[in-house]
Amino acid sequence: MRHIISILMENESGALSRVAGLFSARGYNIESLTVAPTDDPSLSRMTLVTSGTDNIIEQITKQLNKLVDVVKLLDLTEGPHIEREMMLIKVKATGVAREEIKRLADIFRGHIIDVTDSSYVIELTGTGEKLDGFIQALDGKAILEVVRSGVSGIARGAKSLKV
Amino acid sequence: MVLELTGAEILVRALKDEGVEYVFGYPGGAVLHIYDALYRQEDVKHILVRHEQGATHAADGYARSTGRPGVVLVTSGPGATNAVTGIATAYMDSIPLVIITGQVHTWAIGSDAFQEVDAVGITRPCVKHNFLVKDVKDLATTIKKAFYIATTGRPGPVVVDVPKDVTAQVTEYAYPKKVTLRSYKPVVEGHPGQIKKAVELILSAKRPMIYSGGGVILGEASRTLTEFTRLLGCPITNTLMGLGSYPATDKQFVGMLGMHGTYEANMAMHECDVLLAIGARFDDRVVGKVELFSPGSKKIHIDIDPSSISKSVRVDVPIVGSVGNVLEEMIKLIKAAKKQPDKAALAAWWKQINQWRAKDCLRYDHKSKLIKPQAVLEKLYQLTKGDAFVTSDVGQHQMWAAQFYKFDKPRRWINSGGLGTMGFGLPAAMGVQLAHPKATVACVTGEASIMMCIQELSTCKQYGLPLKIINLNNRYMGMVRQWQEFFYKGRYSHSYMDALPDFVQLAESFGHVGMKIEKPGDVEPALKEALKLKDRLVFMDFITDQTENVYPMIEAGKGHHEMHLSPERELA
Repeated sequence: MRHIISILMENESGALSRVAGLFSARGYNIESLTVAPTDDPSLSRMTLVTSGTDNIIEQITKQLNKLVDVVKLLDLTEGPHIEREMMLIKVKATGVAREEIKRLADIFRGHIIDVTDSSYVIELTGTGEKLDGFIQALDGKAILEVVRSGVSGIARGAKSLKV
Repeated sequence: MVLELTGAEILVRALKDEGVEYVFGYPGGAVLHIYDALYRQEDVKHILVRHEQGATHAADGYARSTGRPGVVLVTSGPGATNAVTGIATAYMDSIPLVIITGQVHTWAIGSDAFQEVDAVGITRPCVKHNFLVKDVKDLATTIKKAFYIATTGRPGPVVVDVPKDVTAQVTEYAYPKKVTLRSYKPVVEGHPGQIKKAVELILSAKRPMIYSGGGVILGEASRTLTEFTRLLGCPITNTLMGLGSYPATDKQFVGMLGMHGTYEANMAMHECDVLLAIGARFDDRVVGKVELFSPGSKKIHIDIDPSSISKSVRVDVPIVGSVGNVLEEMIKLIKAAKKQPDKAALAAWWKQINQWRAKDCLRYDHKSKLIKPQAVLEKLYQLTKGDAFVTSDVGQHQMWAAQFYKFDKPRRWINSGGLGTMGFGLPAAMGVQLAHPKATVACVTGEASIMMCIQELSTCKQYGLPLKIINLNNRYMGMVRQWQEFFYKGRYSHSYMDALPDFVQLAESFGHVGMKIEKPGDVEPALKEALKLKDRLVFMDFITDQTENVYPMIEAGKGHHEMHLSPERELA
């Protein structure tokens, strides 16, 4: 099953490589991983999407907790949560397609953030499925470049993952 | 008064303030400032090894035999990479080490400088934690953190990588008395509810069994474990790493378990109805095939490391905490409980176990005209009255030592269990002997293993370490040969040891005493003579039976009840 694990860790050089190294050394799967400092600059927040049996997920959380740099972690998929991913997509926009792509971006609540006489860059935020859906709705030949941020997640409600 | 010191001086001073007695190391360019600081003081003694692998194993032997952290100092680049095998060895067996590696100047890091290697990157998968110190102001605190992390929770090696310019910079020195890390807080006390559940389960058992490992020794809980086991009156087995944590000569002890464990230990594991695992990690060499492992038992597991619990074998009652604390709580509850162990059921259980014992699974041919390796170890045990420190390398000799030397005390049996590092025995014995100058320290080895760190005979000479090296020389990598005999139809691919040195001359050339023993009748006199030479290293080259195999044996991937006994036993 797919799990989203949120990790608060010391914002030290090498912290990211400890997590990445753990996953490769123990043969765990990483679907996506995003990391950036939090409001407290001494802490980084990482969102890691992985999949595996219950036993494997249990080991993953235990092994992550064992890393000296990891302060706290939470498996978001254990409760109600929100996940979002951001995508920047560069598409060919010429002739009649230009108007069509604009309309499609509006339907998906995307923003066109760069325009040339032959291209758009569209910014789109949502769940992974929504981004996949947008890509599928576009004419494949029109897509010039796709950049996705990987999933960021947060639990619903007042409870928070904080030190 | 403010004390201003260079980074190098801070490092050495911090070691002194940490109470470090010995540093095992080898100098080189990146650590010259540190070596200069060592030269200008007398509190911390430096032991010059002949290869950095020897330094890590020696520090490891020191740590295993004392419970105090071992300290290593090596230079950058090859100094660090040579140390890696020893670091990984310590990591697998949870041994507290602090390894200081030199690094190139901070401004040269990443430039492929001379003797530069990413020590933090290379050691990351085999350390508990590691640090790169970029500012001299962080140095003292980092050393404190390193010792704190290495010695608390589940212990392990910690690397501190120190660039050369950091060791030259000057700053105020103050060694912190204590450090706290918000991200590192090992659990010590077990959960009371879980402990209660465990006690209820044990007291309801008809066929209880204790399986305990190295965690008991690391947690200094041998006495508590002994009290606990006697209170219950049930059988106990030890893992290879746990030998000595329960007295091997006690009647409740059924021997080591696992791939080369005793028949009675493995059968009891298979047939028990409640299994209590204490400071052990269900290693594959212990468990065999997971699906066939102790199929009828409810399982309780006490361990300080949550990630060890339910990693390979699912358990019913997990307890995270330090083994000693948890056992003490359990003892209190058992003493206060109305329900006591079922005496009739226990008697029937022991009757069954004694039938398994009667197989006498470790018996070997005493009439052979060739020296049987088991006989050498039995004699060593008798002559040292079971009170020696015994280190070993890896292979058949290691298993025989584990089977035939009965350890009644913890920290006497020093071997590389997890990583299985050939070359460990001799340098580890050096660390043990330095920590226990008056004790008998025997290194049980084979002619293949000893060659992997033979250079350390020179270190032994320099520091006058009177080790007794028991070389069980069968002219083969014995364990490899055994597997090739069993599983490769006797195709002995590259497991023979050709062109061996004359070990007597070799020992003598290093300034030691050498002996070659070829007849069974000469074993005892030779050992006696060697043990009398209290101040000399004696290298005893026993020419043993080449065909001897280690029994019992569970093939990898089989269950505990599918043991092979020695051919004579199986016929009996």
